[in-house]
Amino acid sequence: MSPLLDVRRLRSGYAGSTVLDGVDLTLTAGTTLGLLGRNGVGKSTLVMTLMGLVPTTSGTVTLDGAPLPTRPHRIARAGVALVPQGRRIWPPLTVGEHLKLAARHARTGSWTRDAVLDLLPRLAERLRQPAGSLSGGEQQMLAIARALLTNPRLVLLDEPSDGLAPAIIEAIVEVIGRMRAEGVAVLLVEQDLHLALAVCDEIAVMDRGVVVHRTDTESFRSDPETAHRLLGVS
Amino acid sequence: MTPAAPQPQRWAKPGVVAVVLVVLASAPLFLAPFATSTVSRILVFGLLAVSLDLLVGISGLPSLGHAAYFGVGAYAAGWVSINVTSAIPVPLLVGAVAGALGAALTGWITVRAHGVFFLMLTLAIGELLHQLAHTWEPVTGGANGMAGIPPARVGDQPLVVSGYVHWYVLAAFAVGVAVVLVVSRSPFGLALRGIRDNEPRMRALGYPTRVYKYAVFVFAGSIAGMAGALLAAQQRLVTPADVGFATAALALLAVVIGGVGTLWGPVIGAALVILIRDAIGPGLDGHGTLVLGLVFIAVVYVLPRGFGGLVSRRHR
Repeated sequence: MSPLLDVRRLRSGYAGSTVLDGVDLTLTAGTTLGLLGRNGVGKSTLVMTLMGLVPTTSGTVTLDGAPLPTRPHRIARAGVALVPQGRRIWPPLTVGEHLKLAARHARTGSWTRDAVLDLLPRLAERLRQPAGSLSGGEQQMLAIARALLTNPRLVLLDEPSDGLAPAIIEAIVEVIGRMRAEGVAVLLVEQDLHLALAVCDEIAVMDRGVVVHRTDTESFRSDPETAHRLLGVS
Repeated sequence: MTPAAPQPQRWAKPGVVAVVLVVLASAPLFLAPFATSTVSRILVFGLLAVSLDLLVGISGLPSLGHAAYFGVGAYAAGWVSINVTSAIPVPLLVGAVAGALGAALTGWITVRAHGVFFLMLTLAIGELLHQLAHTWEPVTGGANGMAGIPPARVGDQPLVVSGYVHWYVLAAFAVGVAVVLVVSRSPFGLALRGIRDNEPRMRALGYPTRVYKYAVFVFAGSIAGMAGALLAAQQRLVTPADVGFATAALALLAVVIGGVGTLWGPVIGAALVILIRDAIGPGLDGHGTLVLGLVFIAVVYVLPRGFGGLVSRRHR
């Protein structure tokens, strides 16, 4: 099966400093890849680069065989959605306004407003509430809803469990499962190894701007020495 | 978390709006001509401030050169009144189109900049047009200004009485503010607020944000041009000072005093600015600007979100 996302020798960085130093990565539709690594190895930079928010220095990225556009709004319309680290919701806007904004330039597909609210019913109860007044977990759900409403083929999830209660993390696991069932590919950047092992089909580990290890989740789970060596965890 | 930027307020209830409009409309019936003219100037300046608030408060584009499009609209409306016709609504439409064209020609460069660079670019463009108003004497009248603008006409009837001019200004003001409110509450306005608060996120949702910013820049320019056309009809004189930094700064002051992002607050701010500058200032040996400065400092400390913020806090 040909990959949905194909990243080759991707290099990027900020103001002259290189962060990604030749990333190679593939991702198939309907699968979830967990991207792990210590702090500062380039995981978030990779998702920002894929979204066009950090300029590419060299390398190629294709989505379903076609070169990924360079501008963020064209990348979004090509079917890539980002759930950023720290949620980045608009505090003054209501939940309903967030959903309206997300749906405006959305691709056609099964993720309608009703479908998203069915999946995330807490948001349906808070449509008129300013997003800044939501709890951290609800804000994360809103950030996910915003991404889903664009009807993406690929979702880039950057540390969605950061600072959230276990009950919310369970809900995130469920949402990722629904995305996979709908054929959406998910690139999950995560510090929480347990969450990554629970939802991902494969695990990739980054170090110093490159992917240094990739394997299926079961193999990674059964090889604690490698996890310890690459991530410093047991 | 930084304090949430104010959302555009729900415009006061229709009853309150109707009362305010009736009071404003009846001003010529109980005010002397000079006082009526002052109220008209407040409305003209208020419309300019509302159009600037659309940029500053709704779109996050703090312009220091917005008076340029006000001036372009004023000169264009004045020129068409002198050379073609002063029949309503021709000068008004010409002013709006000229303001939009001015903003369209310069906006493509400015909306590519962010933060202080946007501020400086708009300032530079404003000063450029200010200088042009000085030097393009055959058209603008140079430092003496464009004088001899005939009164606006309704059919064959010239509006020479200050009360009639006031009603014309009030009607155009109401239309201009209503259009701005409709735009700010539309999906386009919602997108502008999203861009104001987090532009990269909007781009990641598929929004070509530069196009949105350009569109609002041109639209705000057209409303400023419309206000300029009202200035030409009301003063019947347009000078380079109307295009310059002082006017742009006063408009920004009106926005801040009134409440950034509230749209109606800047009209209150405009009233304060014009009253202090034109009504109180002359009695203070020209120290009205000093009073304005003191008012600004007081508002920043006592009402950091302006008068509009005071009302929205009460409603929250």
